[in-house]
Amino acid sequence: MFWTVTQSLLGGLATTFEIFILTLIFALPLGLVLAFGLLSRFRPLRSLVQVLVWIIRGTPLMLQLIIIFYGPGLWLGRTIWSGNEAGRITATVVAFVINYACYFSVIFRGGIEGVPAGQREAGQVLGMTKRQIFFKITLLQMIKRVVPPMSNEIITLVKDTSLARIIAAYELTFAGAAFMKSDGLTWPLFYTGVFYLVFVGLLTLLFNYIERRLDYFK
Amino acid sequence: MAILEVTHIGKHFGKTNVLKDVSFSMEEGTALAIIGSSGSGKTTLLRCLNFLETPDCGQICVNGETLFDAGKSEKDKDEELRKKRLHFGMVFQSFNLFPQYTALENVTLAERLLAQERADFKQNKKAILEEIDAHGKELLARMGLAERMDHYPHQLSGGQQQRVAIARALALKPDILCFDEPTSALDPELTGEVLKVIRSLAEQKTTMIIVTHEMAFARDVADQVIFMDDGVIVEQGDPHEVIDHPKEERTKQFLTRYAQG
Repeated sequence: MFWTVTQSLLGGLATTFEIFILTLIFALPLGLVLAFGLLSRFRPLRSLVQVLVWIIRGTPLMLQLIIIFYGPGLWLGRTIWSGNEAGRITATVVAFVINYACYFSVIFRGGIEGVPAGQREAGQVLGMTKRQIFFKITLLQMIKRVVPPMSNEIITLVKDTSLARIIAAYELTFAGAAFMKSDGLTWPLFYTGVFYLVFVGLLTLLFNYIERRLDYFK
Repeated sequence: MAILEVTHIGKHFGKTNVLKDVSFSMEEGTALAIIGSSGSGKTTLLRCLNFLETPDCGQICVNGETLFDAGKSEKDKDEELRKKRLHFGMVFQSFNLFPQYTALENVTLAERLLAQERADFKQNKKAILEEIDAHGKELLARMGLAERMDHYPHQLSGGQQQRVAIARALALKPDILCFDEPTSALDPELTGEVLKVIRSLAEQKTTMIIVTHEMAFARDVADQVIFMDDGVIVEQGDPHEVIDHPKEERTKQFLTRYAQG
């Protein structure tokens, strides 16, 4: 039985990991783009992004997931997500990317604003372009500042992937809870918890490593 | 011909007129010191020259070329502004070194980025970068920092950081080097090493504008002194005249306050 449960949980973990990594890959750059929107001097753009962030941060991720998965089918008369597992994972990733990009954007904005204006000015008087100033001067200093708050968000993301079960995506928590229904077993639930703990433990090590790597400057 | 000609520059922030009809000129190879109390507009004037602020009115000409004319209605594109800035170098009060780069990288970064725009960069990449590195090392050696090239800013003292900043500003060979209170953020025992470097630059006939509170230094090093108060140039001329025998009442008051202070 232990082996059956392990196999099943590993299957769920694969989905959890897929949602996690795809969300990061898309939400990190999108969050940066939204951060530029929040910092824009063009008022309409700034307001638009502010409203978006307010709506997304102000409503439950689970609600957003339900709307994104079922909404198109109800509005268009046909769903845009294929009915299989892949379709459910795609819908989950879309909802997660939008949600996490909004949280990331606020963190990135803070990180960019935290870099002293003198850094930008020093780049300007040296004849650098805005692009060069951002990529060669601001970016790394921003990253150093945002590592601690980002690690919080990213660890939350690991556990938020369990929300995907609401649209029946076969992720880790779904896999663990299945044995309760079918065989009346509760220990797989705790075993599932261990999977999350190891996942988050490894991430914590990774973040500590990144922080140490960025320790060479102040 | 004057290397720099500033005419009728004005600048306001909100309701405050920070600069009112400021005009002066300077010759190549000379040092100009700007003195005056805090809030007199000295720093804003330097920031206007470096295009960190846009004046409301007036003109700025370097070597006969009009870099800025408030009368012209169209605004400069980023690209043109960038080129114009290169006429001036700037050393900030708070150094503003890039913390993630070593002393040498701080000095060479801008030059490396500019080199990428050269048509022959791809073919001669290695030679060009080596040349830039050698130039950076030479500049740091001139600043007495040959031993500190691979240190990061936080590993350097304030005086050393400011000398790296001077090397960085010199790297692009600006026509005019501006100093914004270069020793104000330093502990008193560290100001000497920075002043010494600026003094040697003056001896090498570097064209410089120095905003400073170091009166003795201004008198020794500058060829011309401007005293500013409340956004206007109150008095200007030979440093010994202005500092030792000021004619204007406001200059006298400032210098007396300063001597007592």
